[in-house]
Amino acid sequence: MLDLTFETPKPKVIAGAKHDWELVIGMEVHAQVASRSKLFSGASTKFGAEPNSNVAFVDAAMPGMLPVINEYCIEQAVRTGLGLKAAINLTSAFDRKNYFYPDLPQGYQISQLYHPLVGEGEIIVDMEPGIARLVRVERIHVEQDAGKSIHDMDPHMSFVDLNRTGVALMEIVSRPDIRGPEEAAAYIAKLRQILRYLGTCDGNMQNGSMRADVNVSICLPGAYERYQETQDFSHLGTRCEIKNMNSMRFIQAAIEVEARRQIAIVEAGGKVDQETRLYDPDKNETRSMRSKEEAHDYRYFPCPDLLPLEIEQAWVDDIKASLPELPDEKKARFVTDFGLSDYDAGVLTAEVVNADFFEKVAAGAGDGKLAANWVINELFGRLKKEDHSIEDSPVSPEQLAGIIRLIKSDAISGKIAKDLFEIVYTEGGDPEKIVEERGMKQVTDTGAIETAVDEIIAANPAQVEKAQQNPKLAGWFVGQVMKATGGKANPKAVNEIVMSKLGL
Amino acid sequence: MSIDIETAARVAKLARIKVEQDQLPELAHAFNDILGFIEQLNEVDVDGVEPMVSVTPMRLKRREDAVTDGGMQDRILSNAPDAREGFFAVPKVVE
Repeated sequence: MLDLTFETPKPKVIAGAKHDWELVIGMEVHAQVASRSKLFSGASTKFGAEPNSNVAFVDAAMPGMLPVINEYCIEQAVRTGLGLKAAINLTSAFDRKNYFYPDLPQGYQISQLYHPLVGEGEIIVDMEPGIARLVRVERIHVEQDAGKSIHDMDPHMSFVDLNRTGVALMEIVSRPDIRGPEEAAAYIAKLRQILRYLGTCDGNMQNGSMRADVNVSICLPGAYERYQETQDFSHLGTRCEIKNMNSMRFIQAAIEVEARRQIAIVEAGGKVDQETRLYDPDKNETRSMRSKEEAHDYRYFPCPDLLPLEIEQAWVDDIKASLPELPDEKKARFVTDFGLSDYDAGVLTAEVVNADFFEKVAAGAGDGKLAANWVINELFGRLKKEDHSIEDSPVSPEQLAGIIRLIKSDAISGKIAKDLFEIVYTEGGDPEKIVEERGMKQVTDTGAIETAVDEIIAANPAQVEKAQQNPKLAGWFVGQVMKATGGKANPKAVNEIVMSKLGL
Repeated sequence: MSIDIETAARVAKLARIKVEQDQLPELAHAFNDILGFIEQLNEVDVDGVEPMVSVTPMRLKRREDAVTDGGMQDRILSNAPDAREGFFAVPKVVE
């Protein structure tokens, strides 16, 4: 069993005028299911298509059209549930959530209120090495996305595109276990990482593939612990929900500013109203979103167009058997198997493509630690400089492993290895051949080094005298020899020979 | 539970169905008739009885994840009172 133990972080404390306050945060994340077609129609889910071109009559709610469920979307939601170690409900059902908006042609969203597909799970949210928050997931349900309204194309009209209408979403609902803005951002990051590992959501926040509603309340120190003991919400403050955010930076800012707003109200003797709010990043404030309180009356009822969704345990077991190694396990294995630091293992496992690349390099090089150093410092650094992702890396894992093998066998020095890396990066080729052909091999032949040392000693009698009085100056000779040999001499050998020739 | 005129007006508004003020009492009355019937059903003891969700023992029909539909912007927009540049154009809605 891998070691996944950790300490719990301290909650964020905000000082009000009268008291210290703590934050309690719960998140509802809408993650778009990675699928070719929509949840209930055969229209494409592709982002960025011509407006209203990825729309079937079902999505446009034409009379008489009936929804037929996309089994793969259900499989993806089950996979997500299993990835979050959650209970899967073999029977779930769809309900209608009724409201009117131009981008919702049906007049209702098909969702799962009463019987969600996925029950309780958990996410370990890493904060610092060895410190993490365990956030409980209450449920995941499957639902339809709405279309998109564009308000800035015309002064008097709103424009509606139904391409997104009916795309499958997973709504992942957490318990109020998140205790600060940084934890909230880390929660989203970890969830995104897991979804990307599972391949169930592309996690592209900019395109809206992941959006979060954030519930924020404040409480006095100690109150949250009483809630955790009893699960009684009366120990917590009234929450406000900040809707529809798709930037981790804005999520953090919105939580902070909303908490301060609530603190100011409560300390002035007022009461926080439970309501939906919008975050305005330009003004860095939240404001009440729906004056129409009754818009919250969704009048849910079971969708008469859809039978309950019954799935078989054997099918769930098959999906479970096909789960990839997940971030926590992979990171722990990298620490144990390759002796990496928690930090390095975290960097390498952030994206599964990076982790796969690293593992190939480590296997080819026969040295995990060196492989980690080279992948993180040289390769990632170089890729970042040109804004490339690992998928477009001009250096293959085999080539990088080849470079590391040359270092390990003392064929080249670390400094030459960097030159070699640059050559492989820009020109390509087999590292071993390049070293051979361009005479980059490290000189370990002590005879040749001795000759070079002798020449430099003979040419610099004044330096010799100084060095003999102050041995620290011997480094100058080492540098000269390295220069004379084009950096190809083995620095350790040079050092030893210089010291002995100078009689130090 | 009884539906008063105010609630009837609210339900009508939520459903976006226009009901004139003088018709609200009748609507409230109709709602109460329906609820009265439900009350009657509630008298039946159904403890331990699985809810019946369908009259036919069918399995929910599934679809494969394949793109088989769409690509008909003109037909989707053909009934729209106003459409511009491929979008439905509706009176401005701003939160």
